[in-house]
Amino acid sequence: MGGLTLNYIIRRVVIFLLTIWVSITIIFLVARLAPGDPISAMVAQASASMGVVENQDAIIEGWKEYFGLNDPIPVQYVKFLGNLLTFNFGPSLIAFPAQVNELIARALPWSIGLGLVTLPLIFFIGNLFGALLAWRRTPGPLKAFIPMTMIFTSLPSVLAGLVFIFVFAFRMKLFPISGPFGRGMQPSFTIEFISSLIHHGILPVASLVIVSFGFWTLGMRGMMVTTEGEDYMTLADAKGLPPFYVLYRYQVRNAILPQVTALAIALRTLVAGQILVEAIFSYRGIGTLIYTSIRNQDYNTIQGTSFVVILFTAVSVLVIDLIYPLIDPRISLEGN
Amino acid sequence: MAETPAEQVKRRQRKVLEVRNLRVHYETPTGDVIAVAGIDFDLYDGETLGLVGESGSGKSTAAYGILKLVQPPGRIVDGDVTLDGDELVHMSDSNFRQIRWTKLALIPQGAMNSLNPTMRVHRQITDAIEAHEGKQDKETLRERVLELFRMVGLPQRVYNMFPHELSGGMKQRVCIAMGIALHPTVVIADESTSALDVVVQRVVAQTMLRVKQALGVSMIMIGHDMGLMAQMVDRIAVMYAGKLVEVAPVETIFDEPMHPYSQVLIESIPSLKERKPLKITEGITHDPRNPPPGCIFQLRCPYVMERCRSDAPPLRELLARHEVACHLYNDDGSLIEDATMEAAS
Ligand SMILES: Nc1ncnc2c1ncn2[C@@H]1O[C@H](COP(=O)(O)OP(=O)(O)OP(=O)(O)O)[C@@H](O)[C@H]1O
Ligand SMILES: [Mg+2]
Repeated sequence: MGGLTLNYIIRRVVIFLLTIWVSITIIFLVARLAPGDPISAMVAQASASMGVVENQDAIIEGWKEYFGLNDPIPVQYVKFLGNLLTFNFGPSLIAFPAQVNELIARALPWSIGLGLVTLPLIFFIGNLFGALLAWRRTPGPLKAFIPMTMIFTSLPSVLAGLVFIFVFAFRMKLFPISGPFGRGMQPSFTIEFISSLIHHGILPVASLVIVSFGFWTLGMRGMMVTTEGEDYMTLADAKGLPPFYVLYRYQVRNAILPQVTALAIALRTLVAGQILVEAIFSYRGIGTLIYTSIRNQDYNTIQGTSFVVILFTAVSVLVIDLIYPLIDPRISLEGN
Repeated sequence: MAETPAEQVKRRQRKVLEVRNLRVHYETPTGDVIAVAGIDFDLYDGETLGLVGESGSGKSTAAYGILKLVQPPGRIVDGDVTLDGDELVHMSDSNFRQIRWTKLALIPQGAMNSLNPTMRVHRQITDAIEAHEGKQDKETLRERVLELFRMVGLPQRVYNMFPHELSGGMKQRVCIAMGIALHPTVVIADESTSALDVVVQRVVAQTMLRVKQALGVSMIMIGHDMGLMAQMVDRIAVMYAGKLVEVAPVETIFDEPMHPYSQVLIESIPSLKERKPLKITEGITHDPRNPPPGCIFQLRCPYVMERCRSDAPPLRELLARHEVACHLYNDDGSLIEDATMEAAS
């Protein structure tokens, strides 16, 4: 049904595989082209913190052997490809001997959790405000107020985050500056822990929401105006239905259809979009992991996290591309 | 149930709807479009009044004015509409909402998008019922909807369908069923430039008429198909450029149209018996934002006189129940001197 032909599916899957392959190649090349090699850098760092390291050269050679850095480049490339595709990113240099994929497995739920809170909030607030902006009966003061909440729209979310940290955490001390929960707490299903989690989450979530709900508001307002002119809206008024019922059951219900489609598209930025915000709030997600690994030149972790983010994004795009032809309201609304 | 002819005559003399000097304008950057320029007419109990006129003459706007559904940039500038003794134009929105559908319903004929695409058909009928009568149990509502379906000739399976699963004719029937759901006093059926084919259109119109007669509602039927009108309506009101130019019983106007525009309209009905050239003087309509002083039909009228360019002719009852807005006639309905002379020469 719809435009979902075999030809279409094959095209999308090929594009997906190409994306993955190109990204892996870029990750590989960047690592080799970067000045200095990671092993020497790490050993240098170790010696800086611990004083003299004995047999430095031998250690470096041993590590190079271990990572296969002495192989010819093509051999390295093939091995690298195989490793990434099997999620074998090697040991992390900063948290040695922990494996990079362990670090990622620990960080990913935090990022996904953050995304799963922010995205529905953005969608809900954005569409609610858009609907209210367009509705004929919205009280004037509310209509004047809504655009004022949109001044942060299209600002980088980090900037909003920094402003929030400065104002609400640093100055007013209403919220903690960083971390996903209180220092020294152990994750558990207690009221204390959960309220600490929420307390710590408010600023990061707010900085992600405030910069992007405005797009949804504008989109929704446009769709509401279009829907307003539809014949079924006139008939709904003619029937003498209560205005609020007409608003949600006739106007919003139809205006929101394209917004739902757009929501699927927004899923693709779920993890990638919040990297910097996580970093400034020292949230325990992938974003913070990427940030620390870059600061510490932890190549294995950089490669692993980049790959995971790219993979997540590419899979989202693929899934959306595949369900897109089915999202047409006339088809999906049949409910079966 | 059955009325004696005497009762029917008596009922037919009661006015259910009175429209007085209704004016509706659309605001545009270059000035107001005067879509309805002050119209007066009455609708009698149980009667079907046909409102005809070419596209853009303001028929729908007049209907929406009566229904208070004119959307911005349009607005009702002036006028009174009285339904069963209640004045509607100045009534508050919340009071008028009680009257909507229970007394005054709309059947948007031919408009393919009048049903909410995201709601099942039955729900779009029951929401109107429940809005006016309060919550009811599902079985009662179902019975009522199915009874309405039977009246308009819809199969039961339509009940749970979505609008996009229906044919154009079925959507029309759903709209009719919806319109009569609460037995309104007056139904306005607006046939906008129709998307239905001619056969379906006529079958649907006949269904509407049958249902109307069964329920005894009064009806304003809007359209431009004069042939269809001839079979359906009791009286015809001819509209041109926002004004009513002639109102008369259907036989009278077909036999003896008096206004020059009605004459053109009726002469242009195609006929098999006699082939005649289309007699439509097209394209010389005035700018609706800036109507000329005097008669609105002057630019297209074959009999235009000096007087027509300065004085607007009022709608006068020249013969019994036959109203015309034209300077060609004396108050008793006879042609004036000048015109007879002109016609003779
Ligand atoms: N939203 C609007 N803005 C400006 N002018 C409008 C608007 N809607 C209608 N008009 C004008 O009002 C006039 C009357 O329009 P209306 O739709 O009432 O005509 P109609 O007789 O119903 O035509 P049809 O037979 O095509 O349905 C037309 O000149 C039209 O251009
Ligand atoms: Mg119309």
